[in-house]
Amino acid sequence: MSTSIKHNDAPLEARSIITKPRRGTKVRRQRVKAAWLFLAPMLVALTLVAGWPLVRTFFLSFTDASLSDLGAANLIGFENYLIYEDGRWYGVLADPIWWRSVWNTVYFSVVSVSLEVIFGVIVALILNAEFKGRVIVRAAVLIPWAIPTIVSAQMWAWMLNDQFGIINHLLMNVGIIDNPIAWTASATYSMWAVIMVDVWKTIPFVALLVLAALQMLPKDCYEAAEVDGIHPLRVFFKVTLPLITPALMVAVIFRLLDALRVFDVIYVLTSNSTSTMSMSVYARQQLVEFQDVGYGSAASTLLFLIIALATIAYLYLGRKQIQLGGD
Amino acid sequence: MNTRQLAKVAKRIGFWALIALIMVYAVFPFYYAVVTSLKPSSDLFRVELWPSSWNLDNYAHIFSQTSFLRAIFNSIVVAFSVVFIALLFGLTASYALGRVRFRGRSTVLLVILGVSMFPQVAVLSGLFEVIRSLNLYNNPAGLILSYTIFTLPFTVWVLTTFMKQLPMELEEAAIMDGATPWVTLTKVFLPLMWPAMATTGLLAFIAAWNEFLFALTFTLTDAQRTVPVAIALLSGGSAYELPWGPIMAASVVVTVPLVVLVIIFQRRIVSGLTAGAVKG
Repeated sequence: MSTSIKHNDAPLEARSIITKPRRGTKVRRQRVKAAWLFLAPMLVALTLVAGWPLVRTFFLSFTDASLSDLGAANLIGFENYLIYEDGRWYGVLADPIWWRSVWNTVYFSVVSVSLEVIFGVIVALILNAEFKGRVIVRAAVLIPWAIPTIVSAQMWAWMLNDQFGIINHLLMNVGIIDNPIAWTASATYSMWAVIMVDVWKTIPFVALLVLAALQMLPKDCYEAAEVDGIHPLRVFFKVTLPLITPALMVAVIFRLLDALRVFDVIYVLTSNSTSTMSMSVYARQQLVEFQDVGYGSAASTLLFLIIALATIAYLYLGRKQIQLGGD
Repeated sequence: MNTRQLAKVAKRIGFWALIALIMVYAVFPFYYAVVTSLKPSSDLFRVELWPSSWNLDNYAHIFSQTSFLRAIFNSIVVAFSVVFIALLFGLTASYALGRVRFRGRSTVLLVILGVSMFPQVAVLSGLFEVIRSLNLYNNPAGLILSYTIFTLPFTVWVLTTFMKQLPMELEEAAIMDGATPWVTLTKVFLPLMWPAMATTGLLAFIAAWNEFLFALTFTLTDAQRTVPVAIALLSGGSAYELPWGPIMAASVVVTVPLVVLVIIFQRRIVSGLTAGAVKG
């Protein structure tokens, strides 16, 4: 740093004034050094489990590596992605099942996140009201969030069981359906079964984020609205909704990123069926079950790119709402 | 009673009906799993809301399987180790990010945010290679290592926001007394960070306890599996005769600790979730 001061020439008081910032810089330098030292374990860990594996996945997507022998991989260019051979297109991008899984993932994400936001806001509004036993209701609402995804998938799989499930039983007793529905096996209903489980599990997350935002809202404009006799619904759309939009945006992006990489629910509920297969399920199936690391890595890379693009687009559009790290 | 009062009463009834609906919706699947797990296998396929007869056969069955006990043991080891590592690395990193201004700080924050958005599948093949070359395939230690990818960014992020809120004066006094950053962190900040660490530790524990994709991919034998994989594969046998009783019993066993944690620490969990998201 630029503190090259000749001490001998300076008068005594001046020297003490000048040396003070010098001592500051020394402390500062020591602190910056310590900061990097403190960051090192985390940076090393993240490089080992995230950075390097990501680079390797990119690389492997251009090879013909197989799971049993990762070392013996040859570079084959873009063959895993797309190649024209003997009058036909091959590769992930030419695979209708891949495109089906892209569509499934997008459909699943949009529908389930929309439902979660709508129901999450309703639950949050109710939890925001003052009533006896609110703490108990809030704890109960949190339960689905804490239950492992695998377990919730199994619980719902049992409730949705076509012959002995309670849901078909209830629906038939009430008279909504005449014959039991094969929720998890039928191509028409299995996606809805998956969405149902996901919505059930993640409403609490959205509700709690929105609740936190609701509790920070100023009370006075609600009092003013009440005095003026404005309909509560109108107050909600004109006052509450705009004020909680930033929190909603955050909830939506968190949920959307989660939904785009969905794996557990679908894998347990419907296994590898193409009518619900998500991009993650597709990539893992290629990688592990078909042992085709190159092809699977290409699918993983595409999934990564899609999520990265979605994130960038979202951050760009909602730039004002999301600030990085505070100060 | 005039119409106005009537409307008010109707509104209250509607409100409580809505609350009841939410309660039932949130709790019923878990309740039904408990009911199913207590039924004797002869009653399993009779749909009822309250078991007409019950016993603990399903629990006896799963606890007599060594593979399930192993899975519980593995899950406990993995989850606690992950929490320990995430808190240790997270605490030092959050001190650096929350209290020191240095060049590259916002880049590091951006990288952390980026990693937390990673789809797990995107690193699956690369991570598989790393784990295999470290000789950790089919070993819970491999899971501990790989789980840092989602616990660490989150822990650092939340702890950093908490760390920033601590008063300046504390640190200035420590610096004046000539304390090194390490001493400042462990002697001054650590005692104040316990609440935040409990929150993030709890969330990391739940995340590690529930993880499925890595656990499924990086382990091979029954003895090395964690609970979620064990439960998912209980059903793997044949598509027609799933052991629903034991599955539900196992589900209840792994969920009860989480539900208890949530009910005890709900305030902390809420504050941790919102600190991670609202301020992110």
